[in-house]
Amino acid sequence: MSAVIQIENVDKWYNPAVQVLRNVSLTVSRGEVVVVCGPSGSGKSTLIKCVNALEPIQHGRIVVDGEDLGGKGVNLPRLRARVGMVFQHFELFPHMRVLDNLCLAQCKVLGRSRQEAESRALVLLDRVGLTAHAAKFPGQLSGGQQQRVAIARALAMDPVVMLFDEATSALDPEMVSEVLDVMVGLAQSGMTMMVVTHEMGFAGKVANRVVFMDQGEVVEDAPSKQFFEGAGSERARQFLSKILTY
Amino acid sequence: MGYHWNWGIFWEQSPEGTGTYFDMLVQGLETTLVTAALAWLIAFVVGSVVGVLRTLPGRVAPAIATCWIELFRNMPLLVQLFLWYFVVPDLLPGPWGVWLKQLPNAPFITAVLGIGFFMSARVAVQVASGVEALPRGQRAAATALGLTGPQTYRYVLLPMAYRIILPPLTSELLNTIKNTSVALTIGLAELTARARAVQEFSFQVFEAFTAATLAYLVVNLIATLAARWLEDRVRVPGFGKP
Repeated sequence: MSAVIQIENVDKWYNPAVQVLRNVSLTVSRGEVVVVCGPSGSGKSTLIKCVNALEPIQHGRIVVDGEDLGGKGVNLPRLRARVGMVFQHFELFPHMRVLDNLCLAQCKVLGRSRQEAESRALVLLDRVGLTAHAAKFPGQLSGGQQQRVAIARALAMDPVVMLFDEATSALDPEMVSEVLDVMVGLAQSGMTMMVVTHEMGFAGKVANRVVFMDQGEVVEDAPSKQFFEGAGSERARQFLSKILTY
Repeated sequence: MGYHWNWGIFWEQSPEGTGTYFDMLVQGLETTLVTAALAWLIAFVVGSVVGVLRTLPGRVAPAIATCWIELFRNMPLLVQLFLWYFVVPDLLPGPWGVWLKQLPNAPFITAVLGIGFFMSARVAVQVASGVEALPRGQRAAATALGLTGPQTYRYVLLPMAYRIILPPLTSELLNTIKNTSVALTIGLAELTARARAVQEFSFQVFEAFTAATLAYLVVNLIATLAARWLEDRVRVPGFGKP
């Protein structure tokens, strides 16, 4: 299996005193679903933002789809367009209708015609069950609906990999499952995914591997079955016992 | 008080020989409107550019923006107009200075540039705070989709930032209109200057300035209503007040 994301010995500091990533190495192969979990402040969100260079790194190397993010002459906007990203707070563009949210980057970045972009957008809105809402503004949708639009917007770019940064953390409980359903469907369709989440049910269901981070380090990187049956490290076991108690 | 009211004064011929006193005020109002419109154009364009610079990552661009803003908003407008009109031409190398002094409508050009730059500093601060009021994730989302920096501002950040700052921006437009009156000190024949001329010729000070006051009120009221109409038109459904 070829690697879509290769993270090699990455260190990151927010300022000289605060190191948020310590010697992190991680590989996500084509078609793989990797869940990254860990307590807050463990660096998991920072790590996923580094994967499409939204955050700079100070040491190490990140290669996405064969291109080194820190390489000379790398076209970051082009590379980012191949990496779909879904945010905790959806980040739809509030002044654009749902359809326009899906078309903007297709037209401006990929150079698709408005017609092409719209037909692709409508296919994806259908896939996330929101065709009827195409003409609405984000503010007129529920949180769950907005996040499904955000997923469709990322998919419209035909990415080679999808990154999810706590995509369900800001949602009301009854809306979590509608978003997870879409994510599960995506995973089952063979999409390569790197998912930062606390939803261990999702991890157990579709993740190939679970990566556990603590204090900026990868503490555990194991096939999900093995991770849930008996995490190797004490710290990961503690974490699991705390979040699985309820 | 012994003041001799004469509201009919406006229809009498002025000693300038170019029409009635009313015509004098209308010419003044026209100059005020043209000066304000061009100054606002400069203020809006320059202010937007400087405001955007202030929100760019890195240090150089924000530093340049800060210099511009502090330079133009920390000096009284009157002083700035005097500087542009009396001092700058003398500082320029010989022929340039002479050329500037001999421009046929130097007071007008000076007023447009001076008021435009002065107001641009205020617009820049508004634009920057509008961009900064947006959730940080908006920029990240646009970047993650592959949009370039300029595209991110053009399609994502500025459309929302302008909507947010529309009410304070309206105040700046009104300030621009009112500030044109300062230009009478450099000899611009705008509304206030013309009202004063009417008073000097006719001694009807109250009538002259009542008319000018009403004209300012009406113009600013129209600008306010237009801005409110614009606010309604660009309101985003589900965002802000319902």
